[in-house]
Amino acid sequence: MNLLNRPATASVLYDAPGPKARARYRLFGVLSVLGIAGLLWFVFAALDDKGQFNPDLWDAFQYNYVQQQILDGLLATLKAFGLAAVFSLTLGALLAAGRLSDHKPVRWACTAFVQFFRAMPLLILIVALYYAFFAKDPMWALVLGLTLYNGSVQAEIIRSGVNAVPRGQGEAAYALGMRKTQVMASILVPQAVRSMLPSMIGQLVVTLKDTSLGLIITYQELLFVGKKIASQPLNAAGFPYIPVVLVIGPIYIALCLLLTALAQWIEARGRSGANRRTSSAA
Amino acid sequence: MGFLFEDDNFALFRDGFLQTIELSALSALLALLLGTLLAAFRVSPVPVLRGFGTAWVTLFRNTPLTLLFFAVTFGLPRLGVHFSHLAFAVLALGGYTASFVCEVIRSGVNTVPLGQAEAARSLGMTFGQTLTLVILPQAARTVLAPLSSVFIALPRNSAIAGAFSVSELYSAQQTFSEKGYSIFSIFFWIACAYLLISATVATLFRFLESRLAVVR
Repeated sequence: MNLLNRPATASVLYDAPGPKARARYRLFGVLSVLGIAGLLWFVFAALDDKGQFNPDLWDAFQYNYVQQQILDGLLATLKAFGLAAVFSLTLGALLAAGRLSDHKPVRWACTAFVQFFRAMPLLILIVALYYAFFAKDPMWALVLGLTLYNGSVQAEIIRSGVNAVPRGQGEAAYALGMRKTQVMASILVPQAVRSMLPSMIGQLVVTLKDTSLGLIITYQELLFVGKKIASQPLNAAGFPYIPVVLVIGPIYIALCLLLTALAQWIEARGRSGANRRTSSAA
Repeated sequence: MGFLFEDDNFALFRDGFLQTIELSALSALLALLLGTLLAAFRVSPVPVLRGFGTAWVTLFRNTPLTLLFFAVTFGLPRLGVHFSHLAFAVLALGGYTASFVCEVIRSGVNTVPLGQAEAARSLGMTFGQTLTLVILPQAARTVLAPLSSVFIALPRNSAIAGAFSVSELYSAQQTFSEKGYSIFSIFFWIACAYLLISATVATLFRFLESRLAVVR
């Protein structure tokens, strides 16, 4: 067995298991299946015990106007996310360019901006914007807050990506007589974006999750709609808080997983592309 | 800017500040314990435990923190669980952060070169010795930097608890704006408080990093 071809079962913590260890792992496996099943049963029993599976409690979701509300909330969430994504990527690119600038004042101003908005709690920022400028239109408070915060984070991602491009790339471009803008736009940024795309999409997932802060400034997004449905019981079964969480939660998780899957797909695609290039050059 | 030193405003601000720190510290503790446990699940040789850890992390990392707070503060009382608002907030924030801590620790353990563990095992070290003398000390160094960004984010996320009836800095901001003070001066003081907290956490981690640093 050579160094590069180890069995997949050996990890840094454990040797490849022998017959005794395999039997022990199987025992642990059975015990943990029992434990997890017990935990799930406990949760199910607790929910059932308090009547959370009472059909009357789930009644609300049968009405067309409730379904329409959820759909509208989902669209409002996606709208805020889309705007914030576009604006934050633009702001991130501008700030990254500023932080890589040759002019000291520009660099300092951009660094201060990025550091300040990265350290501020997003909620405080959004609520301050809401009270100060957008009391009538909470969506723009949400979008602007998300843009300022995520733009700063995206700027750091893009900047570290540009810095990670091998130095020879930029030097070769300068040696060919390209200007600084040309070097940046046609040599450094395309390579940086390619390597940083997974982290950028990861930050977009954060942006998507943070649109739920709209609940607090009464923007009619998915979670706000959920709270409205839950706080207006339709019948004597009570407030359907848990049914609402069990419906809204999976929607958010599915959206985030879709974005993550996109990031993984792009990463895999980028990697195979890079391999193709090196093998053809060699 | 001077409004902070009028009336009882400073007491309110101070209480909010202390509550934010208390909430963050308790959540950090819960996140660290739960995150380590989940990381142990995720690197264990038992597939069922690995699956459980993966499912838990996927679930919590992809749920908005606001939704978690909503579920805990409004959902748990429906199941007959009645804690204080602070305890609910610690549960939501700690559970959320634990999934991030778990990922950081797991990737830290995975960055230790396989040869290190093999060398330790071939010297006859037991599992416990390999773990505590060889793997964890090396993993700790790689883990510190990403862990610091998780714990700098935690006090920022704790602001959401203010919207769910914990009287910390965000609720101080709410009370001040209801009293009619200018939103800009309120924002200035709240921003100062948060910048102070994140600067302290960052300094703490830098200190730890310099203490643990070795020439490799």
